[in-house]
Amino acid sequence: MRADRALALHLAVIALLFGLQYVLSPYHQGNLARIMVLATYATGYNILFGYTGLLSLGHALFFAAGMYGAGMSMRYLDFPALAAFPAGIIAATLLAAMIGALALRTTGVAFMIVTLMFAQAGYLTLLYFNEYTRGDEGFVIPQADRAIGLIDLSADDTRFIAAWAIFSVGLLIALAIVRSKAGRVLVAIRENEERTRMLGFNPFPYKLGAVTASGAFAGTAGAAYALLFGSVGASFAAIQYSIEPLLFVLLGGAGVVLGPLVGSVLMFYLIDYAREVTTAYLIVVGIALVLLILFARKGILGSLRRRSDGWLP
Amino acid sequence: MTLLSAENLVKDFGGLRAVNVGAFDLPEGEIRAVIGPNGAGKTTFVSLLCGRIAPTSGTIRFEDRDITALPAHDRVALGIAYTFQITSIYPNLSLFENVMLPAQRRAGLDRTNDAADRAMVALERVGLSGRAFERAGAQAYGHQRLLEVAMGLALAPKLLILDEPTQGLAEGEIENFNALIRSVAKESTVMLIEHNMNVVMALADRITVLNFGETLAEGTPAEIRANPDVQTAYLGG
Repeated sequence: MRADRALALHLAVIALLFGLQYVLSPYHQGNLARIMVLATYATGYNILFGYTGLLSLGHALFFAAGMYGAGMSMRYLDFPALAAFPAGIIAATLLAAMIGALALRTTGVAFMIVTLMFAQAGYLTLLYFNEYTRGDEGFVIPQADRAIGLIDLSADDTRFIAAWAIFSVGLLIALAIVRSKAGRVLVAIRENEERTRMLGFNPFPYKLGAVTASGAFAGTAGAAYALLFGSVGASFAAIQYSIEPLLFVLLGGAGVVLGPLVGSVLMFYLIDYAREVTTAYLIVVGIALVLLILFARKGILGSLRRRSDGWLP
Repeated sequence: MTLLSAENLVKDFGGLRAVNVGAFDLPEGEIRAVIGPNGAGKTTFVSLLCGRIAPTSGTIRFEDRDITALPAHDRVALGIAYTFQITSIYPNLSLFENVMLPAQRRAGLDRTNDAADRAMVALERVGLSGRAFERAGAQAYGHQRLLEVAMGLALAPKLLILDEPTQGLAEGEIENFNALIRSVAKESTVMLIEHNMNVVMALADRITVLNFGETLAEGTPAEIRANPDVQTAYLGG
């Protein structure tokens, strides 16, 4: 029964998001499309950080791998959008598996540093091969190419539905992972890795699976970003895009499936409004985070869950 | 039949030889207590057996198979379960979830048993089934110790290694604990490190005494009680 209640809640959120397109102004509808793509990224990041307890500072690399995997295959190989999208996901997933296999030799702070270094190396590589990647100023995917058959992905309403579909599938996959047997092992590794090993579970393949899955989510979001918003550039591989999903997850609630969505919405609008007031909008973000750590360390949904008997997955 | 044996097992920490056991044999079905003064190398010794740490040299065999190089999680799969000296549970999960994990590990091996049933049975055996859905970290220390034992039981091991399981249990709880271990011993071989001599004398078929990492004596409780070397080691002199 508990399980059904959780599934119903997530389906209701998905339905609510779909309905919002009929209510919101075009400006907010565009924002929400962007938020849902970023929330997909953060939802995957939550599997690694929130559920497995591994803090990566390098996921921008996987986001960029999805973005460039889609963008480059369209630009140089004339892939249609429908083939470029999975190409981006595959590129990011393979890269995440490889980097995960290396970075997981370390733990804790060392893992943060190693992932950060890999991402920085990737970022600099994109700039180094500027001739091909147009890393410094980015390149635009022509509007005519951003279509699947007759469906134009650059139009407001189709773009919203595409972002919504990607997020919805991502959310349900994340829910399924978290509630699976393997998901319980991930939480066990987060809570007490040595104990989990002594219960007969080899932590390494589970942790590698979490890195790879979160990398696949990041790549999906990156490829979707390229196709829906048309821009590809090295700036998406920079450190702030690694920190962004961490902020979303912390704000919304680490280790809650819906946490990243809540965090993405709030942080996006917080930055949006702060920008209107001051150019130093990052100060506002910083203050928000300090308040969060002081008063709601488990994030918004994490704090709510403690009052709801913990049935929220 | 010998279930577990060790030969010339050595562990050095820097210049310190923490364990140096020439020969150790544990027959199937026995309750074996490992005792010794503080710092005698008891925990290090069983950690070598269950694979938490790697030996400097020597051989460990389980059911006639050389497991010296086998990682700890694979030894668990073979049937060696270990409960920690310092309570090591999942404090933020419920008791049921704590036991569900090893039950699930076990159910993955033979699918005839339902993991949830197995988990509840394990909790029931240690007397904690009434608290199954309470948070583990909120339990009294003695109950957390019993939860550790339940996690070991849920693995349905061939060999259950308990590292100071009665530490922190009240006198009244120790009676129940002894009864529990006797019932466990019908299905599993049990090896326990224990400081409480009443528990050792009541439960152990045989006792291994370690001192400075080496086997000082081995025998039945009566033999150990009468051994002058053991008395010297414990009382000093």
